[in-house]
Amino acid sequence: MLKRLAAIACFGSALLSSTPAWVQDLPTIKSTTVELPAGDALFPGGSSANAINNNCLACHSPDMVLNQPPLPKATWEAEVNKMINAYKAPIDKADVPAIVSYLVQTKGKD
Amino acid sequence: MRNDKEDALSRLLRNLHPARSAATQHSSRRAVLRNIGIAGLSLAVSPAFAEELVKLPFASGPRERPLTHDFPQKGDMILQRVRPPLLETPMEVFDRGVFTPNDQFYVRWHWAEIPNSVDVDAFRLAVRGHVDRTLSLSVSDIVRDLPRVELAAVNQCSGNSRGFFAPRVPGAQWAHGAMGNAKWVGVRLKDVLDRAGVKAGAVQVRFKGLDEPVVPEAPTFRKSLAIDHARDGEVMIAYAMNGEQLPLLNGFPLRLIVPGWYSTYWVKMLSDIEVLDKPDDNYWMAVAYTIPDTPHASITPGQSGVKMVPINRMVPRSFFTNITDGASYTAGTRVPARGIAFGGDSGVAKVEFSSDGGKSWQPARLGDDLGKYGFRQWQTDFELADKGDHALMVRCTNSSGEVQPDAPNWNGSGFMRNVIETVQVRAF
Repeated sequence: MLKRLAAIACFGSALLSSTPAWVQDLPTIKSTTVELPAGDALFPGGSSANAINNNCLACHSPDMVLNQPPLPKATWEAEVNKMINAYKAPIDKADVPAIVSYLVQTKGKD
Repeated sequence: MRNDKEDALSRLLRNLHPARSAATQHSSRRAVLRNIGIAGLSLAVSPAFAEELVKLPFASGPRERPLTHDFPQKGDMILQRVRPPLLETPMEVFDRGVFTPNDQFYVRWHWAEIPNSVDVDAFRLAVRGHVDRTLSLSVSDIVRDLPRVELAAVNQCSGNSRGFFAPRVPGAQWAHGAMGNAKWVGVRLKDVLDRAGVKAGAVQVRFKGLDEPVVPEAPTFRKSLAIDHARDGEVMIAYAMNGEQLPLLNGFPLRLIVPGWYSTYWVKMLSDIEVLDKPDDNYWMAVAYTIPDTPHASITPGQSGVKMVPINRMVPRSFFTNITDGASYTAGTRVPARGIAFGGDSGVAKVEFSSDGGKSWQPARLGDDLGKYGFRQWQTDFELADKGDHALMVRCTNSSGEVQPDAPNWNGSGFMRNVIETVQVRAF
């Protein structure tokens, strides 16, 4: 009985009147549909951001990059290479210097 | 620029995944791109739904983050990244109770292909690999046919508090809110594995959810536990969290619960369990989420040649929830201090408080013990006799005798921070 009471407390919304008594303490799990924000902002900086906007936004929005602290150039190069090599980002090799340059300019540190 | 963008898009769109199962519907990034193209991409550089900013107390900027309530089934959250979502719990939420409400429980996804719809009747959890019988379990099979268990447990990101690392390291710049405590209801993983019948020679169990990388060649997010750990009777598959079904962004409909271990193992939207007869060498076990095999996973910045191992057990932590840096008090009056603590992979043995920068410590009173893997509230009160600046500190010792360290750890991934927390206050 205690168990039943606890279940009722936890899953009150599951108590439909037509439900047979023996399953009344089982929770109802309902199908769910949601809408997620698009996250379609661009990196700021006009033409200096072309390379990063063209190559990086398919997989993630810019905000986490812009939230990074200033980091050394070697760290930014390693990050871009990780995206390409580990995460298979379809980044144009020719665009890599411009992407690193943007990151160093916006988020760089000596 | 537009042409460049379209080139990049068409490159990307060549890589579409085949149609997915009927159980889920991906609001695919690729589909979105296909439908709206570049013309639909906002030119705004900051999200239009950012209404209020919060300031995270990092040593260096950027410190400001939008406070958002534009995510489904979520209230006010600190926005670290829109896509894939990284949402942090504001610290004041932890002052309201030991259980973190579902609508403010933090969110962390690796890949942007997250189903935005799950049909419970069509959803199936596969159990396969080195087993006697392959299973395909519905949510109803799991809820009705297996013994129900309930457990309070802290879910904490490996990189919680990364923004406090010095020197700073790349990664999600979390303050302390990439953690939460919930009452999980579900079934034992052991019972599910027993139904499938684990064959002799099994060494690990690998878990995968419904999320997928945008680029199909990228490594799908999969995590593994040793077979004995998977069958310890504590690891569970949860279908309810704080008395309700899980929010979609916290892993609806099923989530792996690995009490005492970092959240990277708590696979969301769990859809596939694979018993392995050899160790898992997939990227997410062998490379990502590895830590130096040193005390506190700590190394010197720049140190190389260190043996790395998969991150595993959590370590004790404690926090102030009613006092923040810069608070001021009248000298000579009693002031309440309170917060939360957790032991990591064991219970909280004691929480101690210091109002003199760690020179002396006094025990704090502990709240109810609602389970060794959960948050425990602590409280005390103090008096600052002298005017001026004071450092308040709190430290937790767990029931295995492990105590929070005086000095912060450091590693290049920003993992496992658990240094004693300090808040700077002033008496006048």
